[in-house]
Amino acid sequence: MTDYEVVIGLEVHVQLATRSKIFSWSSAAFGAEPNTATDPVCLGLPGALPVLNQAVVDAAVRLGLAVGSKIRQRCRFARKHYFYPDLPKGFQISQFDEPICEGGTVRFRLRGEPREVRLVRIHLEEDAGKNIHADSSKSLVDLNRAGVPLCEIVSEPEVRSADEAAEYVRAIRTMVRYLGIGDGNMEEGSLRCDANVSLRPRGTTTLGTKTEIKNMNSFKNVRDAIEHEVKRQAAVLDGGGRIVQETRLWDPGRGVTQAMRSKEQAHDYRYFPEPDLPPVVVSDAALAALRSSLPELPEDRFVRYTGPLGLSQQDAGVLVAEREIAAYFDAVIAAGAPAKRAANWVINDVLARVGDARGLGAADLSVPPAALAELCRLVDDGTLSGKLAKDVFGRMWSERRTAADIVATEGLAQVSDGGELEDICRRIVAEHPAEAARFKESPKLMGFFVGQIMKATGGKGNPKTINEILRRLLA
Amino acid sequence: MTIDARGATAVAIADKVRAGTWLARDVVEHYLDRIARLDGALGCYLLVDADGARRRADAVDAVRKAGRDPGALAGVPLGIKDIFCTRGVETTCASAILRGFKPPYESTATARLAAAGGVMLGKLNMDEFAMGSSNENSSVKPVRNPWSVAHVPGGSSGGSAASVAASLCAGSIGTDTGGSIRQPAALCGVVGVKPTYGLVSRYGVIAFASSLDHPGPFGRTVEDAAALLEAMAGPDPLDATSIPQPVGAYREAARAGRTGATPLAGVRLGVPDEYFQAGMDPEVEAAVRAALDELARAGAKLVKVSLPNTKYAIATYYLICTAEASSNLARYDGVKYGHRAAGVSSLEDLYTKTRGEGFGAEPKRRIMLGAYVLRAGYYEAYYGKALRARRKLADDFSAAFAACDAIVTPTSPVPAFKFGERMGDPLQMYLADVLTVAPNLAGVPAVSQPCGFTKSGLPIGLQTIGPTLGEEICFRVASAYEARTDWHTRRPPEAS
Amino acid sequence: MSRITADEVRELALLARLRLSDDEVARMTGDLGAILEYVDALSALDTNDVEPMTHAVPFDCPERPDETRPSLPLDEALANAPRRDGDFFQVPRIVPGPGGAGGAEDGS
Repeated sequence: MTDYEVVIGLEVHVQLATRSKIFSWSSAAFGAEPNTATDPVCLGLPGALPVLNQAVVDAAVRLGLAVGSKIRQRCRFARKHYFYPDLPKGFQISQFDEPICEGGTVRFRLRGEPREVRLVRIHLEEDAGKNIHADSSKSLVDLNRAGVPLCEIVSEPEVRSADEAAEYVRAIRTMVRYLGIGDGNMEEGSLRCDANVSLRPRGTTTLGTKTEIKNMNSFKNVRDAIEHEVKRQAAVLDGGGRIVQETRLWDPGRGVTQAMRSKEQAHDYRYFPEPDLPPVVVSDAALAALRSSLPELPEDRFVRYTGPLGLSQQDAGVLVAEREIAAYFDAVIAAGAPAKRAANWVINDVLARVGDARGLGAADLSVPPAALAELCRLVDDGTLSGKLAKDVFGRMWSERRTAADIVATEGLAQVSDGGELEDICRRIVAEHPAEAARFKESPKLMGFFVGQIMKATGGKGNPKTINEILRRLLA
Repeated sequence: MTIDARGATAVAIADKVRAGTWLARDVVEHYLDRIARLDGALGCYLLVDADGARRRADAVDAVRKAGRDPGALAGVPLGIKDIFCTRGVETTCASAILRGFKPPYESTATARLAAAGGVMLGKLNMDEFAMGSSNENSSVKPVRNPWSVAHVPGGSSGGSAASVAASLCAGSIGTDTGGSIRQPAALCGVVGVKPTYGLVSRYGVIAFASSLDHPGPFGRTVEDAAALLEAMAGPDPLDATSIPQPVGAYREAARAGRTGATPLAGVRLGVPDEYFQAGMDPEVEAAVRAALDELARAGAKLVKVSLPNTKYAIATYYLICTAEASSNLARYDGVKYGHRAAGVSSLEDLYTKTRGEGFGAEPKRRIMLGAYVLRAGYYEAYYGKALRARRKLADDFSAAFAACDAIVTPTSPVPAFKFGERMGDPLQMYLADVLTVAPNLAGVPAVSQPCGFTKSGLPIGLQTIGPTLGEEICFRVASAYEARTDWHTRRPPEAS
Repeated sequence: MSRITADEVRELALLARLRLSDDEVARMTGDLGAILEYVDALSALDTNDVEPMTHAVPFDCPERPDETRPSLPLDEALANAPRRDGDFFQVPRIVPGPGGAGGAEDGS
């Protein structure tokens, strides 16, 4: 059995969340009733002409800047020809030899290790409609999606495993959401991935024959499909066979890739420059403005969180995953909360309650960052016990009140007074002579005593003080 | 109130309708009557929208009666080449593949003509998908030259040219991709204008070759054509190749050409030898040379210029236009509109049978050639090469316009030919465009006007080519020539 | 000698989705051959230091603001459909075929 190196290149299509389509004014929103979001341009009616949406260019440039691509300040659209019912004009307006972005690098983490995958290019194109296979005799065509703007991101064949592929795609999703240019939702189809997979004996440099894998509509499917394809190809090669260059569809139900039963020969797309659209120019001024509009990017944030802020990689990873979460966290520490404590609260308590991370960007948050910072302060200065703080947070969330307000009106202030606690501790120890006697052999009984005292104080005892007192009393 | 279509110009009709002397409705009825009586022999109209025309004319009259401005073209009956999408009115490009297609939207050009008070009479016959130079490629019926029904009117806007010549409308519009306005204008003895590329919006103009298609007007006189162009032209946010500059004063330029004894004093007119080649009909050459003399008498200075790459123009044109055509015609697939083949059970059958049945021979030929020259591996040698040759042809014009203000040539090397004469040899048909294609490639404006007749009574056309956005100089020159001659007053014979 | 063979013509016809009869293939082979031979003359033109001219306009692509306008009503969008099926255009059953935009396949 040969030791193969897996060579994977990924093509990711990102649907841009602009209001209108790339070349016409119909809404680009998902979910309209069939064929109700069309117009002469995206229907491909005779005589209709494309008109370019500025927001689409801006989105592509921002994406390119975020991954360090070279922005082609003069680029062109091209026609890509093939016949298919969801392609009304018989060609797709795409980009060929003058794409808007060239090069670039996607940075992400694989099991904690930083990874980089270089890009070949990013280009703009229009989406096709949808074919629905109604029954064995007919298919139905819905052209709502025709003309929705897409960014196609093409990577170099530098991905080396199925896991890495999934993380790469996830990183793109995160980036797209950070930039606010798309939803990055694989299940809804606003993020799509095709993979080119080949194997070569480890140590060689010649590329093996690749297959193109399609129909992977979740991160898990990306991983599973590629894993399966790698095994399939290895088995073929080990058996002395050759890989056929073909397109294969992932079938998640059966867990296999299947060659498409296509009679098409290799495509000849007959690309030529789109005559209805002059070259697209991005001025220096526009480029500068778009560059300054970039938010702090996920990898940079990750480095800041794990470095100066000292968070664990795991915690940093959770916080960085969505821009709104990270922004919320940043606001909490800006309001004075210490990083680790704030991270714990955000990860364990805030995230559990907020349905969609984007809700954290809303103006009327139940627990604004400053309120959470105040809660942290009350725990730090001993006013509130850690245990009660959890309950208080719950009430802050549902009642939209501040911690200080709840603590004050309900007398939840932690009892730290040494004298008061000492009395309670003595009483408890006296009430449990058997356990007190066994303490020296079973120090775990500390937990029992602390529990009893917490019950007696209604949860308000300061655990640190209680521990000190008990240790003295039970020594 | 005697309306005589044979003597009427669009400008005169508009003046009378605006003044209330004529009712637009009466004018329209007059033309509708002529069409009913005379178009059977000519075949200009694919569709006459009589009810629509009456409604539109009544609306113009109502606006005028209400004291509001009915527009610069008030009441002018117009024919519209069946390549312009007219909302709710069948638009077919004279092709079986679009039979029954009723656009749900209106082209910018026709919308503007209507806004100016123009009254559409119907859709005019043409070569299928604008591919042809004789209007013999219509899938419905040919158009006949009103000057001699055994002869072709030229193409592809044969119906547009013939209808103006036969006074079956007071003005018309067509498209010019390789000469399809100017050549039929020349063969039918009327004025035809190919404007600067991008001056008239292509939104709603069914595409043949996107970078070469130019919508433009036909008129009986230069000023008529100028008036139509003024109404149609101008920036359009619906067309990304539309020139973002305001419309020029074309009618004024035409009027300037009529003023004074030497209206062209100071104007240098370039005469390129390359446009007077062997194989030209001697009567055509004689008429054009006489026209040059006339222009000199109007004050112009004739200078020799050279357009050295002219001999490559046809090859360049046919490589680019077929590539773009093969692309633009890919959408006709039986799925969204138009013809759909019966009895198909597979997608591939749907496409191949629909397109095989729906397209005529010339579109098929051009689709095939276009697919060939765009194939990977052939692109650089053919299409890529042609794009570079195109720049050289455009540079020829720029260089020439350093030495002159406008260039004057014959429009067509031959007068109207007989039906069937060129149909057997596509290449021969293509060569008919030799004098018109270069301005399409360069995007520069050009006007054709009548400058004589052959002994057998067939019209001869004179072409004036201007620099980019040089419509004014073209109109001035053409108008000056027209004012000193009376070719434009002649009328073709009419069966009573 | 023809510049293009009948087999190439059939290949092109498939590429262009045109069903041609045998007669048509034969005529097309001759016609295209003659035209290709004619356009070969272009190779004599020196275009070495010349940029391709794709557009006859000297300006850049205009861009419009990202606004929506009303779409065509459903009935107008489908009014010209040769085979309308409910709210859809109907075609014969598609066998999973060639790649489309964004890898969209089979209703995905």
